[in-house]
Amino acid sequence: MSDARTGGAGAQALIRMRAITKVYGAGQAAMHALRGIDLAIHSGEFVAVMGPSGSGKSTCMNILGCLDTPSGGSYRFQEIEVPSLTRRQRALLRRHRFGFVFQGYNLLPRTTALENVELPLMYRGTPLRERRELALGALADVGLSGWEQHRPGELSGGQQQRVAIARAIVTAPAVLLADEPTGNLDSIRSHEVMELLRGFNRRSGVTIVMVTHEADMAAYAGRVVQFADGLVASDVRQAENA
Amino acid sequence: MWWDTLALAIREIRRRVLRSFLTVLGVVIGVAAVIIMVTVGRGATARITADISSLGSNLLVVIAGQHRGPGGSSAAPRAFDLRDVAAIADQVASIRAVAPTASRQATVVYGNQNRATSVVGTTDLYLTTRAWGLGTGRNFAEAELRAGKAVCLLGETVRGTLFGRMDPLGQRIRVGKISCQVIGVLAAKGQSSMGNDQDDTLLMPLRTFHRRIAGNQDVGAVMVSAAAQSDTEKARADIQTLLRERRHIAAGNDDDFTVLDMKEIAATLTGTTRVLTMLLGAVAAVSLLVGGIGIMNIMLVSVTERTREIGTRLAIGALESEVLRQFLVEAVVLSSLGGLVGVAVALAATAAITRTMNIPFLFDPGIIALAFAFSGAIGVIFGYVPARRAARLDPIEALRHE
Repeated sequence: MSDARTGGAGAQALIRMRAITKVYGAGQAAMHALRGIDLAIHSGEFVAVMGPSGSGKSTCMNILGCLDTPSGGSYRFQEIEVPSLTRRQRALLRRHRFGFVFQGYNLLPRTTALENVELPLMYRGTPLRERRELALGALADVGLSGWEQHRPGELSGGQQQRVAIARAIVTAPAVLLADEPTGNLDSIRSHEVMELLRGFNRRSGVTIVMVTHEADMAAYAGRVVQFADGLVASDVRQAENA
Repeated sequence: MWWDTLALAIREIRRRVLRSFLTVLGVVIGVAAVIIMVTVGRGATARITADISSLGSNLLVVIAGQHRGPGGSSAAPRAFDLRDVAAIADQVASIRAVAPTASRQATVVYGNQNRATSVVGTTDLYLTTRAWGLGTGRNFAEAELRAGKAVCLLGETVRGTLFGRMDPLGQRIRVGKISCQVIGVLAAKGQSSMGNDQDDTLLMPLRTFHRRIAGNQDVGAVMVSAAAQSDTEKARADIQTLLRERRHIAAGNDDDFTVLDMKEIAATLTGTTRVLTMLLGAVAAVSLLVGGIGIMNIMLVSVTERTREIGTRLAIGALESEVLRQFLVEAVVLSSLGGLVGVAVALAATAAITRTMNIPFLFDPGIIALAFAFSGAIGVIFGYVPARRAARLDPIEALRHE
């Protein structure tokens, strides 16, 4: 998982999916969510995934985030063949390589912002002092200095999502997966969150894959992948809007 | 990590104090019940043992007639006489003291005070056989016994009724129709395990009793003290053989007398108490089990309520084993807290119960440690199923859970 392995071949992708399929159920009732996805994402990219409901984009994100396994095909993450990993190995991969931002924030209730951000570090076994330091830094990065001791119920939606982003980036992950991060936010907060994400992408080079419904959010990304009927319908690089 | 898990568990419990308390109430009651039952039971056993040994040391009581079961009563039992007593003293080995007794209810009077009590005619050895000491005064002298002098020893209850705060020594009291001089007072012995007051008695020389109270030479019961505890069995058999011979009982016929071994009675009674203790302890243990089921129930509810939280934890890198551990630790902390409260409740309740029942409070750290350890084990056993359910959740499903 070192740079030598990922960068050895130069054009080697961080994420490489080949002919990924996902079938729910069996026989007549079988539902084909993914019908053969080919997708390569390189380190440092900011990718927006779009498509109508049922197009398979969420399923694809779950597989990408090692939360789910495909029915067929090959998914290599940093040259690791993910589908052949055990549940435990996938959990460890998530712990060490991925950051997650959800539409519903998914902060632990009745737990302070600081403790929420510390959580992934706790699972990594980071010592308490270092954990606290990193978490305070991450909260400062998302502009929430002074809100550390507030609980999710005492924060606005935009603030909660920023805590969630701090939680996702505090471990300096290789990939940040965001599932409709602005879905519950108004337009002003949405743009704030997008600015934040793009900032991290540019400054620390974290790869971001984001599912969104909204074209003006997708505009922040350098690449837009359109899903339709379990297939990639289009894959367009664009100039990021300034 | 362990510390984090523990801190998390304590926080979850504090977050819902009332619910946590109700959850562990079963364990509290179970632990308390086990400790109370066992401790009180052991105290009762100790009390009975002490009571019976207070009857006398290595005491055998020989009484006329058969005392086995309701159907076995023979015709009017033949009493013993003094030659039987002498024969036992002479011919039975390994005995320390033999005291013949004859008794009758009589009214004792001093001044304007009177009391109906059990008047016992016996010898100076009676106190030896009963392991009974004198409070004040002296025992019967050899000459008094031989001459049948009108002297007596008072039980503490009789002394209290007749004399109150006055000094009884040297005073003359009336026993039945005779006048009798008080030469001593017996040490207080208290209630026997059968509930009768052992101090409600008056002793006088057997000869005096025979001549002036009873008007016959009968010996109702013989107290025999074996030299050592191990000798009671042998002494009992020897007395039986001797008395059968002296009373001309043909082989095959039943004894018309009974030799009671106080040690054996003690063993029977303590055995009964012990069985009862175990039985009640077992019932209490069942309530501990019920308490465990209560914990499982609430933990399952808690897992359902926290599904989203569990999903989040799994998504950001918690291992199944870590989620399992989190919920298991929570269950164990919960049930251990219940155990702790249960121990406290049990100690308070046992102290109160032993005081009212007048039995010794035998503090046994073993049973407390056992009950507490059991409460922890309950947490592990009944926390496992909910914890495993939490750990096995599919993170995708759990994240979507509302």
